[in-house]
Amino acid sequence: MNSPSPESSALDEYKSGPDIFRILCWVAAAATVATLAWIVYEIVKQASPAISEFGFGFITGKVWSANRDIFGVLPFLIGTVVSSVIAIVIALPLGLSVAIFLSEDFLPLPVRQVVRFVVELLAAIPSVVYGLWGIAVVIPLVQEYGAILAKNLGPSIPLFKGPAFGNSMLTASLVLALMILPTITAISRTALVAVPKTLREGAYALGATRWEAILGVIMPTAAPGIVAATILALGRAMGETMAIAMLIGNSSRLTWSLLSPSGTLAGLLANEFGEASGLQIASLMYAALLLVVLTLGVNIIGEAVLRRAQKNVAGAL
Amino acid sequence: MPKTMETTPGTSDAAESQPKVRTESQHAAREDFIKVDNFDFFYGSKQALYGINMRIPERQVTAFIGPSGCGKSTLLRNFNRMNELIDGTHYEGDIKINDRSIYDQKIEVIALRRSIGMVFQKSNPFPKSIYENIVFGLRISKQNDKKVLDQTVEQSLRGAALWDEVKDRLHDSALGLSGGQMQRLCIARAIANRPKVLLMDEPCSALDPIATAKVEELIHDLKKEFTIVIVTHNMQQATRCSDLCAFFYLGKLIEFDRTQKIFSNPGQKQTEDYITGRFG
Amino acid sequence: MDQTIATHSPDFFSDHAISSKAAGRSLGNRVLTTICVGLAFLTLIPLFSIVFLVLKNGLPLLKWSVFTGLPPAAGTVGGGFGNAVIGTFVMVGIALAIATPLGILSAIFINEYAPFSRLSKTVRFVAKLLTGIPSIIAGVFAFAVVVLATGKFSAIAGGVALAVLILPTILLTSEQALLGVQRAYREASFGLGATPFQTIWRIVLPEAMPAMMTGIMLAVARAAGETAPVLFTALFSQYWAQSVWEPTASLAVLIYNFSTLPYDYQIQLAWTASLVLVCLVTVSNVVAQMVFQKK
Repeated sequence: MNSPSPESSALDEYKSGPDIFRILCWVAAAATVATLAWIVYEIVKQASPAISEFGFGFITGKVWSANRDIFGVLPFLIGTVVSSVIAIVIALPLGLSVAIFLSEDFLPLPVRQVVRFVVELLAAIPSVVYGLWGIAVVIPLVQEYGAILAKNLGPSIPLFKGPAFGNSMLTASLVLALMILPTITAISRTALVAVPKTLREGAYALGATRWEAILGVIMPTAAPGIVAATILALGRAMGETMAIAMLIGNSSRLTWSLLSPSGTLAGLLANEFGEASGLQIASLMYAALLLVVLTLGVNIIGEAVLRRAQKNVAGAL
Repeated sequence: MPKTMETTPGTSDAAESQPKVRTESQHAAREDFIKVDNFDFFYGSKQALYGINMRIPERQVTAFIGPSGCGKSTLLRNFNRMNELIDGTHYEGDIKINDRSIYDQKIEVIALRRSIGMVFQKSNPFPKSIYENIVFGLRISKQNDKKVLDQTVEQSLRGAALWDEVKDRLHDSALGLSGGQMQRLCIARAIANRPKVLLMDEPCSALDPIATAKVEELIHDLKKEFTIVIVTHNMQQATRCSDLCAFFYLGKLIEFDRTQKIFSNPGQKQTEDYITGRFG
Repeated sequence: MDQTIATHSPDFFSDHAISSKAAGRSLGNRVLTTICVGLAFLTLIPLFSIVFLVLKNGLPLLKWSVFTGLPPAAGTVGGGFGNAVIGTFVMVGIALAIATPLGILSAIFINEYAPFSRLSKTVRFVAKLLTGIPSIIAGVFAFAVVVLATGKFSAIAGGVALAVLILPTILLTSEQALLGVQRAYREASFGLGATPFQTIWRIVLPEAMPAMMTGIMLAVARAAGETAPVLFTALFSQYWAQSVWEPTASLAVLIYNFSTLPYDYQIQLAWTASLVLVCLVTVSNVVAQMVFQKK
């Protein structure tokens, strides 16, 4: 190679105009941010007829009737929260047990790896398949045992008031619990594994048994991560659509009974969007807006807790 | 390798330093409080300790020295059976403390660990309050009497020379303490269990010189009550705070004697090479 | 110090109190371990039930003809879901075509060009939020911007909805992939006088490619299994699609539609479609893991 004046040629190359690739990447990054803004804007825009028609009364309204053009979303709002909370109550102890099981050496590593693989598989199964399975397995079970519950507990406890339906809040919550279990397990396991080994050794050196170390030191240290896991799982449960739409019965009737059909916001959208028109579309958009606000809020809190949890663990190291 | 398998510290030197300790204690200090007999230790198929024999006297400070990987920490961590937490380890031979084998079938390992305190290289306070760190050992044995807990916290913190610095913030997080304070908190946490033996695995290696001096001073005070075994990489530290010194090399105990003797007139060439910095 | 404090605990140095208290604690320990292991295995039962039923109910109809046939009308027997398989692939393809360049270029910007800029921090935050958005909202968005705008349900609308859904997956895994490339490579490249573009194009991207492929495979798995976003954007069709601008069938929507019909054949077909879908998703996931492990 001949190099008459390397300095000037290098300089020439640097002056060869702006970095077009950089601009391209910037545009993509900006477009990603714009996507979220666009989603919110579009939903608000489409919902505006319903917002101006019903205002805040949309949230407290108990009647959803496309025939009469009256749209109130309260039963679905309550259904969303209740089904998610029940699912968390069921899934948390199970998910935590699996997370502890995976992070301790109760059984040899190959067994744990199989369990871990299976739980990851659980996360990969499509929602609609859970729904199909729920129809085939959970609905008959809830119908059978729900009737017994309704007969024995129904008269005294309104939660189990009969008649017992297969398509019910209880069915949806049970399947939902199964669906969020992998989320709880994965994040909790990460938090448990991140607890420094020295803390475990410290507990053992003081004469702690394994479970005294787990319950007294390891779980409290991992607690912020476990809380974050729970909140993020709650967010997922609230947005879960297909399995719920197939199992909950999609009723807008407000009831105390877990054995009765109920509805959720996501289920409502799945059921009605395909054939909606006019004010119904606007009202569904309004419902979608509420769902976005609800899930975004829960997720922002969850991410904040998770970030603090990770900082905490880093501080303990 | 030398064949000094049965190594006991020079009795003449020991006799000189003993009387003072004896007057303060309830019973005569034993010369063979910890007895290690033909002890081998393996990580999987890799042998880490070869035929260790030694007698560690009660209420004195014994230092383990030697280059990295020489087995000194491994032996220390066998005294409270912490090595069992690692998969695939096994031992041959025996270790007796106060004439009882630590491997006795009738003894729960948790009882052993409660009776033998351990301080680690890296201070490991739990992410709880100072108070809760110290009473952890009591709480797990179902001791929840507030008076007893309060009393133990004060005694242990005084014992670890930390009381004056933290008495006004006992319920603050232990993670807010300085490095040196955290390590003394871990010592306080260990002595709150009222152990007879205190094992220290390079307790000062992560501390600055001032904090190190404080911990060394503390070690000096603690030996009135506890039998202390300390692993250290620091020759000066070994001379400053130990009564006896054991030199390990490649998994073998090369020499064990009064610290004074080891550093002034070592019996083995390898010991001399190491303490004068020719290798290690 | 007061000796009485110590007497509550099991003590190696005294004979009394060793066995009774310590034994109680180790019994409690065993009970808790049993409960924990028991609950862990309890969670496996539903999964085995799902896999078992999908196989048992799905296998009988799994013949080549279901991949070539069209969905049967209500109450009739025969046919398959060939158009739904194609529809699923087409919509996943459209989603990838939109989300892959957007996600990877964004990841390059936030990791290579301006990792600490405000835009980059915002992108990371927004990507996290997008992962948390319910999948049906992606459908609502595509319904608003494509279906309402064009006046018809289409594969494009379904693809747009799926693209919104997988964009954060691709972006975040690509960022991780880029983070995994050693700093020294970039420094060496810059040290030899390469421009940022040359460094990224010739050094960083080839190095990060396997991990990026993992992200894309995970995105494919996720998109193929989703129902909610395509439910009222692509809708469904009984026929072979002629273009991407008309209603399009997908496996997921077929399962949903057929699951509630009162006809045995349709329900069996839903199980067979589930089997195909689960296999598709699992294979994508396993391939993704394998690509990653090779790295």
